[in-house]
Amino acid sequence: MIKFIIKRLVALIPVLLGVTLLVFFILDLAPGDPAKTILGEQARPEDIAALREEMGLNDPFIVRYGRYMFDLVQGDLGTSYKTRDPVGEEVWARLPNTITLALTSTVVAILLALPLGIIAAIKQNTLFDGISMFISLLGISMPVFWMGLLLILFFSVKLGWFPVAGADQGIKSLVLPSVALGFMHMAAIARTTRSSMLETIRQDYIRTVRAKGLPEHEIITDHALRNALIPTTTVIGLQIGQMLGGSVLTESVFAWPGIGRYMIQSIQGRDIPSVMGCIIVFAIGFALINLLVDLIYGFIDPRIKAQYK
Amino acid sequence: MNNVSAVTENEQISVKKKSQFADVWKRLCRNKTAVLGLVIVILLVLIGILSPIIFDYETQVIKTDYSNTLQPPSAAHPFGTDEMGRDIMIRTLYATSTSLSIGVVTVIVALAAGLVLGSASGYFGGKVDMIIMRIMDIFLAIPGTLLAICIVASLGNSITNLVIAQAVSAIPKFARVVRGAVMTVRDSEYVEAARAIGAKDTTIIFHDVLPNSLAPIIVQTTLEVATVILSIAGLSFIGLGIPAPRPEWGAMLSGSRSYIRDYSYMCMFPGLAIMITILSLNLLGDGLRDALDPRLR
Repeated sequence: MIKFIIKRLVALIPVLLGVTLLVFFILDLAPGDPAKTILGEQARPEDIAALREEMGLNDPFIVRYGRYMFDLVQGDLGTSYKTRDPVGEEVWARLPNTITLALTSTVVAILLALPLGIIAAIKQNTLFDGISMFISLLGISMPVFWMGLLLILFFSVKLGWFPVAGADQGIKSLVLPSVALGFMHMAAIARTTRSSMLETIRQDYIRTVRAKGLPEHEIITDHALRNALIPTTTVIGLQIGQMLGGSVLTESVFAWPGIGRYMIQSIQGRDIPSVMGCIIVFAIGFALINLLVDLIYGFIDPRIKAQYK
Repeated sequence: MNNVSAVTENEQISVKKKSQFADVWKRLCRNKTAVLGLVIVILLVLIGILSPIIFDYETQVIKTDYSNTLQPPSAAHPFGTDEMGRDIMIRTLYATSTSLSIGVVTVIVALAAGLVLGSASGYFGGKVDMIIMRIMDIFLAIPGTLLAICIVASLGNSITNLVIAQAVSAIPKFARVVRGAVMTVRDSEYVEAARAIGAKDTTIIFHDVLPNSLAPIIVQTTLEVATVILSIAGLSFIGLGIPAPRPEWGAMLSGSRSYIRDYSYMCMFPGLAIMITILSLNLLGDGLRDALDPRLR
């Protein structure tokens, strides 16, 4: 198992190198002179030239990339053009907020999706099945930012239950963003749970258990669910990328002080090092969560665990 | 003698092809939700084509009218007017053409690139496969929306850059689907036969391999149009999408944010339009998947 984790971590290195190179290359295409951005339009040309030299902007692409990577492995994400503060500090300060939102929305998604998917499968082709699948289709089709706006409209503006934006009211502030983002993920999870549950309850061993006279709820929870959850875990893992993208939009709607919102503000301020830092942190997080999901399979499915050895 | 048998064989093939298409069509028609999806998609395409003809862009879509701002829905303005006095219904309808055309163009670009990369990868295997797929893995290691944001943030937001950004994030998905589909037919006997009579690799790929691996590609294409439209709306919502004043659903929703307290109707219709579009494309895509591959049912 440990050998497997090490192997996977080593395999991550070339991917992360590729990702950073790609992102660095794309953002390097951005027009405009960073030195001019920092000093302002009225700056004297010789000052700009001096700053360009100091920042190493005149070096070839590969040298600048190498320098960035050298700093990155030491945990340094560069310096913001706007505030002249280290990007790393800004990102670290916001990371807990983004992680909290990601975790709570995943919990919301699972709490909504599992019952919907399981009951839809058990009561296949009934009204309940139809309704729950319709709800999950809505989840796929509603843009997360529209869902967010509607939640703000009804629960903040009309009912006044939750704050409209920000994170200064603790759990109360967290509810609406988590529901908006969670609702989006619920859809795929519910649909997969339903179809894998349908497949599982038709298996021979379930028929055997039923023939033995076990009560229905025990058949479902103790025997069917455990096997049916394997594809569900896969989908939860696959959704993580979308969730990170969705969290950028959700943070923007609810003015949630996370990395996504910081990234958007940095883009608007043309603060390239900050944008770069945010995307790198997202990409590394994405890779690590994917690894984690792979490891979780092993705990659910002994057949997969056997392959790790 | 040989010639005669070749002709009859050709006829048989064309007859069989027709019946296969009819078969798929019949299965699709039996699926009520898929038909609903198809009907809505056709309606949306009609709206997309007709609205630029019916409405004048300069005077009806983008012209500000400060005597008419923030009117609630009425007979004259069924969806109301926005903060600049523009009719929200006309803008919502007009935005259909923007979103659909960008969605379709992006997917065509991504599909073309994905077809070339994926079929090369799946057909040749070995080193070619490894190099192409490792590069695709790097693109897939960045969540699609973030990659698109990164590209637009760097190049600036114009419609062309938006298409590039979305296409780049969609190419790896197509390459993967095509590669998988090609690999399943690569070793079949008719491909071997084509190789035996000395057909060129490109001929085999485009003549024999791809037509037989179309099903998953068609499904992926339909679903990807939905993804791209949703993503463009998202980018526009955070100000990185379609530049103003051209109407776009996400941008319209973003504009409605400041008025949500007193003019909540403003955030209803563009959102509904996005939802209906994505919903119908998803219904159609799911229906096509079932119709093209009955084994999956």
